[in-house]
Amino acid sequence: MSHVLIDEAQVHRIARLARLDLHEGEAGQLSVQLSHIVEYFQQLNALPTAQVEPLAHPLPIINVLRDDQPADSLPVASVLANAPQHVSGFFRVPRVLDQAGGA
Amino acid sequence: MWSSARQIAADVRARRASAVDICREALRRINVADPPLHAFLETTESHALARAAAVDAAVAAGQPVGPLAGVPMALKDNICTRFSRTTAGSKILAQHRSPFDATVVQRIEAAGAVVVGKTNLDEFAMGSSTENSAFGPTRNPWDLERVPGGSSGGSAAAVAAGIVPLALGSDTGGSIRQPASFTGVVGLKPTYGRVSRYGLIAYGSSLDQIGPLATSVADAALLLSVIAGHDRHDSTSVDGEPIALTADTPPDVAGLRIGLPRQYFGDGLDEEVRAAVMAAVELLSQLGAQVVEVDLPHSQQNIAVYYVIAMAEASSNLARYDGVHYGHRSAAAADIFELYARSRSEALGAEVKRRIMLGTFALSSGYYDAYYLTALKARRLIQRDFTAALARCDLIACPAAPTPAFRFGEKSDDPLAMYLADVYTIAANLAGIPGLVAPCGFSRQGLPIGLQLLAAPFAENTLLRVMRAYEANTDWWARRPPHGVA
Repeated sequence: MSHVLIDEAQVHRIARLARLDLHEGEAGQLSVQLSHIVEYFQQLNALPTAQVEPLAHPLPIINVLRDDQPADSLPVASVLANAPQHVSGFFRVPRVLDQAGGA
Repeated sequence: MWSSARQIAADVRARRASAVDICREALRRINVADPPLHAFLETTESHALARAAAVDAAVAAGQPVGPLAGVPMALKDNICTRFSRTTAGSKILAQHRSPFDATVVQRIEAAGAVVVGKTNLDEFAMGSSTENSAFGPTRNPWDLERVPGGSSGGSAAAVAAGIVPLALGSDTGGSIRQPASFTGVVGLKPTYGRVSRYGLIAYGSSLDQIGPLATSVADAALLLSVIAGHDRHDSTSVDGEPIALTADTPPDVAGLRIGLPRQYFGDGLDEEVRAAVMAAVELLSQLGAQVVEVDLPHSQQNIAVYYVIAMAEASSNLARYDGVHYGHRSAAAADIFELYARSRSEALGAEVKRRIMLGTFALSSGYYDAYYLTALKARRLIQRDFTAALARCDLIACPAAPTPAFRFGEKSDDPLAMYLADVYTIAANLAGIPGLVAPCGFSRQGLPIGLQLLAAPFAENTLLRVMRAYEANTDWWARRPPHGVA
């Protein structure tokens, strides 16, 4: 069995970064599973990569320029059609500013 | 059994057959053959019949119709369509209707294709068995107790069962090629950039490609020729050399050099798979190809490199599912943070959450260099391996998967064991090169085995030519699965 590379506190930290909510007992289970997988990933450290440039994209890509031609956007109604809640042409979310109007 | 897609289109164009009749037959086949398989998530009957009628009307009016005229097709349900839901196999998009069609959908419909349904997949294309679909697994038409592979398992099963002659899948680490191998059909992952990803629900953006699943090499080539090419909506798409393959004359492979990577025939490879692939290479050698041994020295690290990069990209891509713009929204959120976290957690499946968590970890402060950056550097080493190997040969031959189709539940409790099953397919995505799989035999238990060919970027024509030569000299194609259309 793997040693604990990702303990439960770490699981909670990652979940917060990832905007995920853990249910009862999930942190313990994820700690075991993620540690097992991360331990496997550690074989990367054995590779001689110090002098190697990272490769983020498989093909050489260059910036693409084109004429700035106006074109129709999607109609607002069709974009909002999938929104869980919308009002007056905007997506509706719970209050993000406090009552006094400050941030 | 369908005649080839090429033949169907020729018959429709010559008015020997009606697109509406063919469409009705495909819909009938879904009704008859799909219930035990669950390859389809949705049937698009009214849209399909209207498209088919439009094709027939165009033919009757003497208007030009495209190379897929009247061909019934299925689309993996991570390809956006306005005329149906697009769920990505996830509860979070269970009711999602895209406001636009993916570029590939526009292209196949402009070519006359008739989309009859959307097919099942591992949630967000994350999986190798279709067991991760939120809507239940797809079963393998060769053995209902076994997986069809994944993540394009629905598209592969639909073609293998004879429900449709042609389908589209997507391949981030083998998700077209491994199910093609498990179900005995032809599957092609194009060069990265060959096909527009506009309207493909993103998983790993530097790895994802859309490609064909077909019953013959010529049909796969035909579909690729329709969907390939630059699209202004995808800045990574490019025009490669046009796809050219004549269906009629088996191509000559004399003098072509086929590389066998020694690392792809080592421990963990099933003996029957090894024997079938080696017999295929031997046949190509008898047809005049020259076989050379090549080296891919960093193969051992393929899986670690791939999963770190794919999970990092996934964690970023899936941040958009936040309960705000579309998709599931939690009813129990008091503030915006809870809205994001609860909406995501209520509707994303376990494997998707695991990959988001690991990807977030690999990109997080303090771990970025050790995992993500190191994986990107190792990715360059893997790409260099292929560049060097493909300087010594015209194409590489290897297995598509270490075993034939496995049983349900065999790997689903052990994420890492599932990842290890992708060992032969993921390097092509890391290196950005094309890969083609076609059947090369059957196990003693009657399960299909696939041969994989890999080539340099944009050398799809070489892959198609050699596989066509192999196909013309074998008859694995003639075998029909027990759980398909009679």
